[in-house]
Amino acid sequence: MENAITVAGLTKRFGHTRALDGLDLEVRQGEVHGFLGPNGSGKTTTIRILLGLLRADGGTTTLLGGDPWRDSVALHRRLAYCPGDVTLWPNLSGGEVIDLLGRLRGGLDPKRRKDLLERFDLDPRKKGRAYSKGNRQKVGLIAALASDVELLLLDEPTSGLDPLMEEVFRQVIHEEARDSGRTVLLSSHILSEVEALCDRVTIIREGRTVETGSLADLRHLRRTSITAELASPPHGLAELPGVHDLEATDHTVRLQVDTQHLDPVLRQLTTFGVRTLVSQPPTLEELFLRHYEVTSR
Amino acid sequence: MTGTGALARLILRRDRVLLPLWVFLIGLLPVFVASSTGSLYPTDEARAGYIRDALSNTLFLVLYGRPTEPGLGALTSWRASTSMAILALISMFTVIRHTRVEEEAGRRDLVESTVVGRYAGLLAALLVTCGANVVLGGVVTLTMLGQDPSTEGALAIGAAWAAVGCLFAVVGAVTAQLSQSPAAARGIGGAVLAVAFVVRAIGNVNSETGGAAWLSPLGWIDQIHPYSDNRWWVLGLVAGFGALLAWLAFALAARRDVGAGIVAPRLGPAQAAPGLRSPLALAWRLHRGALLGWLASFAFFGVLVGGFAETAGKMLGENPALKEYMERVGGTSAFSDIVIVGLFSVGALGLSGLAISAALRLRTEEASLRSEPVLATGASRLRWAGSHLAFAVLGPAVAMLLAGTIGGLVHGADTGHVARELPRVLAGALVQLPAVWLLGALTVAMFGLLPRYAAIGGWLALSFCFFLGQLGALLQLPQSIMDISPFTHVPRVPGGELAWTPLIVLTVVAAAFVAVGLAAFRRRDVPVT
Repeated sequence: MENAITVAGLTKRFGHTRALDGLDLEVRQGEVHGFLGPNGSGKTTTIRILLGLLRADGGTTTLLGGDPWRDSVALHRRLAYCPGDVTLWPNLSGGEVIDLLGRLRGGLDPKRRKDLLERFDLDPRKKGRAYSKGNRQKVGLIAALASDVELLLLDEPTSGLDPLMEEVFRQVIHEEARDSGRTVLLSSHILSEVEALCDRVTIIREGRTVETGSLADLRHLRRTSITAELASPPHGLAELPGVHDLEATDHTVRLQVDTQHLDPVLRQLTTFGVRTLVSQPPTLEELFLRHYEVTSR
Repeated sequence: MTGTGALARLILRRDRVLLPLWVFLIGLLPVFVASSTGSLYPTDEARAGYIRDALSNTLFLVLYGRPTEPGLGALTSWRASTSMAILALISMFTVIRHTRVEEEAGRRDLVESTVVGRYAGLLAALLVTCGANVVLGGVVTLTMLGQDPSTEGALAIGAAWAAVGCLFAVVGAVTAQLSQSPAAARGIGGAVLAVAFVVRAIGNVNSETGGAAWLSPLGWIDQIHPYSDNRWWVLGLVAGFGALLAWLAFALAARRDVGAGIVAPRLGPAQAAPGLRSPLALAWRLHRGALLGWLASFAFFGVLVGGFAETAGKMLGENPALKEYMERVGGTSAFSDIVIVGLFSVGALGLSGLAISAALRLRTEEASLRSEPVLATGASRLRWAGSHLAFAVLGPAVAMLLAGTIGGLVHGADTGHVARELPRVLAGALVQLPAVWLLGALTVAMFGLLPRYAAIGGWLALSFCFFLGQLGALLQLPQSIMDISPFTHVPRVPGGELAWTPLIVLTVVAAAFVAVGLAAFRRRDVPVT
């Protein structure tokens, strides 16, 4: 199946700063794709290029089979966008903004609009100036989610939402992917959100893609952490391939192991008599931090 | 009240350019009026004639009130009094800008979380604005000393100007408490000023001693009579009323939450009207308030032009110095026609403000990121930009149509030749349009090519044209410099010959600017912040 988004070697400069430096991104049809990166790593710039608002300096970009710069208007009818910081017109009510943006995209499902207003607990009658940050964000989200489109581009959409509303957002995105088969590109730096929602992720840093693949793939490449309580003091673990950060105190052992070397380590452990075992797959947070710690060094 | 001093310094720091600018520009207004009046009407005798003509024209009474004495100081004080409305507006807006606007932006929360009293912000804004008005009064007094020898008169006129500013600063402090929206606070304040103006006008027309004008704060200011009886006790009345309003402002502030108003905000519709479905419909919602304000002012301007033309033309015939000046500005023709051309050319400069500010909407929408979600829909860049441009082009056109039609009707009714005057005055209004459009178009070109400088470029161009138009002839600048301003090329209609070539050239140049701006906007990154 054709990709919803294919970006290769994308570059973009703003004056002397290099915002994107050979970024690659592939989003498949019907998947929820996490787009991760620290502040200022180029997430918003990439999305603005995908929207045809910024012009790329180099690289190729294909969005829903078209060129986002040349075919922007035609493509915009097939996608919906929610920025990370929704600004509203002070004299328009939230309901008016939702309807206006929906109509400009070519249509809005009234039933879905009503349903989303209820679930996000938003009063659509308030004027733009009266909304809090979180409520402004809800207006942008509902306008995007209620639109009848194939692709959702969401740029840190949950910033400012409370945990309850974040949960609602997660449910809605789950349903989107499951029931309507829409493609979602979700830029975020909230790892738990990405972990809960996304099929595949792309991690970028300083305008460059550093990691991409399914969560399972990424985890596989990474380390599992193991804490075990043993019947007899262990030995010989440090010599096994792929073991890191070994801490052994009497009967307790903590270690990290490269996931492809998990089996020999577990065999070795059982020879000492395992009483308890806690094994954790690497969290996305660990993956993330490992990449970014490199940057800050 | 803790922290008032620090907040006042913050206001001074933020307004370090704006505040001195308006204090001196407005503070110099009376002396400009005095020196031009003095050169046009050099003797008490000439000024007595001026007063006779003024008293015979209702429009003069409406606008300026009743002149008292033919002395230069007294006449200046009378003639400049209407310009006090500008000072009233600026003082009001300054207080609102540092109270309600701060509050809406959420900055007041940040400030008040520090060691700052609940009323410190309001008090600081009032202190700074009233302080600025006192300085302004000092500028008026010092400059007027050079025009008329009476020291007491100079002190009285300075005090009158300072009093207007302070009083309306307090009015602004009250209206800022009422609504959550700064626009509403400004609107209510403007309405208060308008009512005060109308009540003063009614009083001055109907009674020689003021009458109903005593019900209006602006009427009181007239009654100070600087340079004639210097009635200082009237200032006591102004001060007392100001203190009462200040008490009201602080009492209202005490009764409301930060961020809230006394009047609860109205809810909007839960669903958009069926018509709100295009960039143009959105632009209408964003422009309509300002546009209606402009149209109302230009309807009023039309009444002024039509009502003044005949009397002013007559005064012109009697006064060789004034005639010479008006001929420099308006050309040689029938006196009333000179007045009409002169007034419309000044009005056109003002109207360029509408063309420029409507065009600059593009920039504010872009810089506030509100354009982004709209441009991410099926609306193309050209359609979005065009929707705002429609207001920059058609807004001035409708305003001039209105001013020309009303001016023509009023002037026609005055002279008894409606059928003759209506098309002539209307033409006089409409010929100004290409020059007005040109300034708007220049702003659009800047928006496309150098978006960060669009606002500075647009307003600077207007200031330059204003400078050339008002002072160019006086300074006897060479024609090649005068020709830079599009307004130099506007044919002097009515009275002169209706030359089509400059009108067509100006329109074509304006269209070219718009085309360049839009082409550049289509190619560039959005948003440029």
